[in-house]
Amino acid sequence: MTMMKLSLGPLQYFWPRERTLAFYHEAAGWPLDIIYLGETVCSKRRELGTRDWIALAAELVESGKQIVLSSLALIEAESELGVLQRLIDEGGCWIEANDLSAVQLCRERGMPFVAGPTLNIYNHHALAMLMDDGLRRWVPGVEQGYTLLRELRDAMQAEEQPMPELEVIAFGRLPLAYSARCFTARALDVAKDQCDFRCIEYPDGMPLATREGRPFLRINGIQIQGEEVTDLGPEILQLRELGVDVLRLYPQAEGMADIVDHYHLVRRSPVAPPRIGARNGYWHGEPGMRPVEAVSIG
Amino acid sequence: MQLVCPAGNLPALQAAIDAGADAVYAGFRDQTNARAFPGLNFSDAELRAGIAYAHQRGRQVYLALNTYPDSARLQQWYTAVDKAAEFGCDAIIAAEMAVLDYATRRHPSLKRHLSVQGSATTAPALRYAHERFGISRAVLPRVLSIQQVERLCEGSPVPIEVFAFGSLCIMVEGRCQLSSYVTGASPNRHGVCSPASFVRWEEHDDGRRSVRLNQVLMDKFEPAEPAGYPTVCKGRFDVGGEIFHALEEPTSLNTLELLPRLAQAGVAALKIEGRQRGVAYVASVTRTWREALDRHAAAPAAWKLQPQWQSSLSRHAEGHQTTLGPYHRSWH
Repeated sequence: MTMMKLSLGPLQYFWPRERTLAFYHEAAGWPLDIIYLGETVCSKRRELGTRDWIALAAELVESGKQIVLSSLALIEAESELGVLQRLIDEGGCWIEANDLSAVQLCRERGMPFVAGPTLNIYNHHALAMLMDDGLRRWVPGVEQGYTLLRELRDAMQAEEQPMPELEVIAFGRLPLAYSARCFTARALDVAKDQCDFRCIEYPDGMPLATREGRPFLRINGIQIQGEEVTDLGPEILQLRELGVDVLRLYPQAEGMADIVDHYHLVRRSPVAPPRIGARNGYWHGEPGMRPVEAVSIG
Repeated sequence: MQLVCPAGNLPALQAAIDAGADAVYAGFRDQTNARAFPGLNFSDAELRAGIAYAHQRGRQVYLALNTYPDSARLQQWYTAVDKAAEFGCDAIIAAEMAVLDYATRRHPSLKRHLSVQGSATTAPALRYAHERFGISRAVLPRVLSIQQVERLCEGSPVPIEVFAFGSLCIMVEGRCQLSSYVTGASPNRHGVCSPASFVRWEEHDDGRRSVRLNQVLMDKFEPAEPAGYPTVCKGRFDVGGEIFHALEEPTSLNTLELLPRLAQAGVAALKIEGRQRGVAYVASVTRTWREALDRHAAAPAAWKLQPQWQSSLSRHAEGHQTTLGPYHRSWH
């Protein structure tokens, strides 16, 4: 049995510079194989600028882990395209392409890329086409669970297509939607153009509950996440059977070292571990959100 | 600029053509399009009849095949592409790579428009779709400001279509899983958003109403308060102790006042949203936009926004409210 790799997904929240750097310096010592760096949600977040992310990537490569630079999920402005070009041309790493602009720029340069979860790859034919474009690893979107991925894998095999490396979101709040609007700014009643970067006050996003007080979603700038911190550890046997190569863990403000340690055990364990987060309904072909018996860790 | 109008069924198609649509867009009665609602859309015979009706009058019919098939269901989408070609559709509107690639290889003369669901917001993204699938037009997501639309028109390898009027998706199209998070039914995979089968209204003794989507409370309404359709993005929620429309109010996009700028930018086509709406909506909204476009074409410099156009459009808007939406910076 080859041991699955563990990856640290891109930081979806906005943390102060020192906290972000300290987090990644600590992460360099964790039992991870891959670290994704960079801003994927909002280009206005500049506690770390493009140059800083590239420098951090160069530094973290020393840890022996693979470093990947992640691109913005929604690119609207020319300046944002400029940042993407710099990540590709100067980053010295693979790119996680989170939109078609990043795919095209990598393709034009003949550079390999990781397809991020917002790329909308739903079938084997699309996946094979993107492999021609340079896709080397694929992170399926949040909707795609065990059955859909198994059908896709079988279809690839039937057409004698090799699968790329398969990376599944194993732990964290699921990214559900992106908008041009900043919902954090809206909640705080400030204009997006004068937002004062207030999302920095919400290191795990801003909770949104129903009018009955049921926790429901998280507001994170222009991104909406599910409230539940999902955990696919208990599904480890299915993940193995499917041939998943990489388990993605999304950074949380607290307890991340323990979460990585837990998954380091999970990937070596012959049996399913206890659940440390919420059941991910999508994985089982159900609605993403489900009543859960979450036990917090650490 | 071409006026592209919604046709949820054959009567709506005819109404749109009669009211002056240059083209209509329609879908089959299945999950191959993003308005897979009960009672809506076209059988094969109806689509053939609709195409004949449009072509006799010199207008066009586009077929929306803009959902994302998984591997097991790909053949159903391929068959729909074959039918679009066989029936004489003027273009397909698609987002998914396998569908676009199939159409490119199998029916190269069938025009391909990149759907709004393709989430292409930049020149490189449009270049990808153009080089890979030879698209002849792209529909932009409703997230860009007017300045960004203008810039993109300059850098795009293909003509651009934008949304002009109708319900406002505030999330990037093709990138929203709010419906599937709550119900399991998704715009991308199933062509639906917050489907009616999951909606439950509750009348309370005091005349107030609540509405739930798969048991999750989306909103509560006072007795006289107008209540809109409970998509997640238009519900009222509790953020930091305050109850409000945390994502968006029930409101419609209306870009009529931007018409001269969109024309100046070189936008090729304006799209009216609303295949789920009735004949009255389609006829009235199409007529208003037709008149505004004709006036502009006749005398661009003299064009003025007419109040009766705006009041007519507002009557058909969600919550009777309209917004410039993302086209205007203040919305963001």
